[in-house]
Amino acid sequence: MASPTASTAAHGADAVNTTHWFWGKLGWDIFPFYDPIILGTFIGTCLLGVAVVGAITYFRLWGYLWKEWFTSIDHKKIGIMYMILGVIMLVRGFADALLMRLHQALASAGYVGFLPAYHYDQVFTVHGVIMIFFVAMPFVTGFMNYVMPLQIGARDVAFPFLNNFSFWLTVSGAVLIMISLFVGEFAATGWLAYPPLSGLTFSPGVGMDYYLWSLNIAGIGTTLSGINLVVTLVKMRAPGMTWMKMPVFCWTTLCTNVLIVATFPVLSATLALLTADRYLGTHFFTNEMGGNPMMYVNLIWIWGHPEVYILTLPIFGIYSEIVPTFCKKRLFGYTSMVYATCVIMILSYIVWLHHFFTMGAGADVNSFFGITTMIISIPTGAKLFNWLFTMYKGRIHYELPMLWTVAFMLTFVVGGMTGVLLAVPPADYVLHNSLFLVAHFHNVIIGGVVFGIFAGINYWWPKAFGFKLHRGWGLVSFWGWVVGFWFAFMPLYILGLMGVTRRLSQFEDTFYGIYFLIALVGALMIGVGVLAFVMQIVVSIWKREELKVGDDPWGGRTLEWSTTSPPPYYNFAFSPRVYELDSWHHMKTEGAARPTKGFVPIHMPHYTSSGIVISGFMTVMGFALIWHVWWLAALTFFASLVWGIAHTFNYNRDYYVPAEEVRAIEAAGNTSIPAAE
Amino acid sequence: MWVFRIGLSLALFFSLSGCNLVVLSPSGDIAAQQGDLIVYATVLMLIVIIPVTALTIFFALHYKQSNEDAAYEPEWDHSVSLEIVVWAVPLAIIICLAGLTWVATHRLEPYDDLKRISEDTQIDPNVTPLEVQVVAMDWKWLFLYPEFGIATVNEAAAIVDRPVEWKITSATVMNAFYIPEMAGMIYAMAGMQTELNAVINAPGVYEGFSANYSGNGFSDMRFDFHALDEAGFEAWVKEVKDAPNTLDQHSYTELQVPTTAHDVTYFGTTEDGIWDKILNMCAGTNELCLNDMKMVDALGGGGLDGLYNRELFRGLCSADDPESLFLLLKPEHDPHKGEILSAVNHLPALPLAQSQPEAQN
Repeated sequence: MASPTASTAAHGADAVNTTHWFWGKLGWDIFPFYDPIILGTFIGTCLLGVAVVGAITYFRLWGYLWKEWFTSIDHKKIGIMYMILGVIMLVRGFADALLMRLHQALASAGYVGFLPAYHYDQVFTVHGVIMIFFVAMPFVTGFMNYVMPLQIGARDVAFPFLNNFSFWLTVSGAVLIMISLFVGEFAATGWLAYPPLSGLTFSPGVGMDYYLWSLNIAGIGTTLSGINLVVTLVKMRAPGMTWMKMPVFCWTTLCTNVLIVATFPVLSATLALLTADRYLGTHFFTNEMGGNPMMYVNLIWIWGHPEVYILTLPIFGIYSEIVPTFCKKRLFGYTSMVYATCVIMILSYIVWLHHFFTMGAGADVNSFFGITTMIISIPTGAKLFNWLFTMYKGRIHYELPMLWTVAFMLTFVVGGMTGVLLAVPPADYVLHNSLFLVAHFHNVIIGGVVFGIFAGINYWWPKAFGFKLHRGWGLVSFWGWVVGFWFAFMPLYILGLMGVTRRLSQFEDTFYGIYFLIALVGALMIGVGVLAFVMQIVVSIWKREELKVGDDPWGGRTLEWSTTSPPPYYNFAFSPRVYELDSWHHMKTEGAARPTKGFVPIHMPHYTSSGIVISGFMTVMGFALIWHVWWLAALTFFASLVWGIAHTFNYNRDYYVPAEEVRAIEAAGNTSIPAAE
Repeated sequence: MWVFRIGLSLALFFSLSGCNLVVLSPSGDIAAQQGDLIVYATVLMLIVIIPVTALTIFFALHYKQSNEDAAYEPEWDHSVSLEIVVWAVPLAIIICLAGLTWVATHRLEPYDDLKRISEDTQIDPNVTPLEVQVVAMDWKWLFLYPEFGIATVNEAAAIVDRPVEWKITSATVMNAFYIPEMAGMIYAMAGMQTELNAVINAPGVYEGFSANYSGNGFSDMRFDFHALDEAGFEAWVKEVKDAPNTLDQHSYTELQVPTTAHDVTYFGTTEDGIWDKILNMCAGTNELCLNDMKMVDALGGGGLDGLYNRELFRGLCSADDPESLFLLLKPEHDPHKGEILSAVNHLPALPLAQSQPEAQN
């Protein structure tokens, strides 16, 4: 496994060397700039970075950003920061996707392609890691953070500081992955890093260590955030909001966070064991000394399969909010929607083995896991039918969120079908690890999760900023993504049926060339969709006065639309009283009026810099551990510990918003309640 | 050049696109049954998928805001009969599919002996399967034919319509052994043996490869699989036998050096018991064999005793004769020999420990 970074020396003999003591494995050879692609990207990134930093400095925004955003523990601002992280990482992850599509199109047409295998392997690994952990997860967490407390009539999440800390830990993981592009290398193991390939014997370089520390740190953030949101939902619902009066998005948020709390510790433990294998010389997952790589594969999928539903369930919740709003109709089958969500949550724990039928566990075990997997499609199908019957006898307004939703319904059924197909073990024997599988999971992740993310962004943007997103650019983005998706992944289904396996960087046959070419065209169309999405945001901000809308532009049904848009930082002057499902719709039909007097002081938490500071220490610690700079790792570890303890002694952590200020803010907002349509 | 290539690909695409879906129309009976299953399952699911898609399109167009004629019932949100349909129809389909899955998974279990040669040929009880031992290496495939005492690298062969029993392991990371024309894949893992029973029904040269990413040389980790008639196979075996190389500790150690796109290599003879050593990860080195280690552990190894035992019993793979090993290991426990040995005998059979005891060096 010849690693181009020759920085893997210095394990034993020269460990006493003082240079090594101070610099660890760091040296002048760590920059992979012999590769023109990386060098070009590096120069581009530097220029962009300098431009952004320069602009922020020029406009004197550092203080503002620090005081109002980075140290903010307002769930709305944290939610927005999660979304920004998602967008930035989406661009990175998509650039990797384009590289792969271009390379495979060339390689399958008889050319060598422009990526050597070692580089190509890193690209597909980092693409998977980024898209799941640092694109889909931040987007989903961002939505849950922003929307859920507003929907349950709460002023913030249960542990506001923890929320900020979780966010910065996630950023910390993302930062480490971004650093790996220019300093050293990334793992070349595939996104789940199966040992023994990911062990020290077969991957001696720092790439795997970047993988491990990035996910170790970000994983803690996700677990903490999961605990936070579960507690918020259990303890902080508005008076009168019983479980069965909770919006469906809150139900899906609850189930997702239960899944997070139950499975992310498994991920952390599994990665910790692999970390021990690489750093402490243990043999949990090695070939030798009683190690058992099959154990890793089981453990990682015990996390990995619920993870699929961690991403999907909140997105189903988003669709469940959008469909009734734009059909101007109650959601069909609320109760069965709730039960379907809970059933999916439970079933998602007992299907993990379908990811490795081909390990040869025997017919009984394989059939069991195949059948449990199929059973999941029943509640999922019920959900789809419920959206369908919500559209039935409705008045469908084709705003952007609804367009994305219909595109999702038509795309997702195909992905669902191929998923059930792969759940039949003998069928999986011939399709496992093929491009058919790749097409399948992109079909459900793009057709399900990504479409839902764009639906949600278009839906809640006016809530967060008071103006709609530009429709023209939104349509370009929509058609780019939807058409591009079909072009990019249908050829992969066909290639899979031709027996083409995934993760190949070279091909013997030029026969496949045409299919990869079509897939490349599809990827370029998606590229147009990504660019148009960025343009949509830029143009919308540019024309925000034209696009300005009222507090409730879509005729919403749930509580988040009862506040001003954007909401005041304390969300609600009074906790709303809930009598019905769709309580904002209920208030509008009853003609309830927003209170204009009798305001009382509101208890609020202070912002704190502890989250970003501790996460900053953790980032440096991760970097030091990756490069074996032990003294720095120890120093930053203790620094984060000390800062964390000091933070607990900060007793000045809350304050009261004076009633007068609340009155002034409420008077400035729109106090009339529009009649329901 | 570009234009030419694209033109050629397009021509191929349109002329052959119907008949190159290997997975759906393979040349081996097992793969064929697996491919058929894909078709059955798809048809079964289309019973739900097509109406849902049609309804989605119809509702999406019919109930759009501009269609004032369409019915509008904003408060309608529940219907028991519809709910029953919504849950029951997918349930019914899944029950059918689950039945199909259970039966097919058991019928096509790769570890079981074949039940037929092809759709219309029964199995001949007098014909034993051809055993081929497969080793996934960095980044090449090593095949051993114990019946003939030969071995090959990156080329395999079998006789048409004679069952093949692939026994698979890995000398390195996890791989998957896959010949799409013959049968579905199975993982190759170090220190373990997986198994695949299959048959090829038509002569030809087919592609085999690793279907589980295994590092730098993964893309080139492919081999040709020759399906030959009896005479052709005999000729092939003879050709391999004529090769001067021997697969032994020395040549195996050379093979363990990672290579990409390794040339096809024949070994005319193989060292006795080398497969067991490969399986127990001690063929190339002087490491303690896995089965020896397990034997030592089973007899109370570990600690300082373990270290001592390790040296003492190096190369002594003797699950077949635990008694003598036991006497060597724990002479002081001789009075309890009977009960301990009976406990050992009740241990589940160790699947790895099959090689013959060897003289101790």
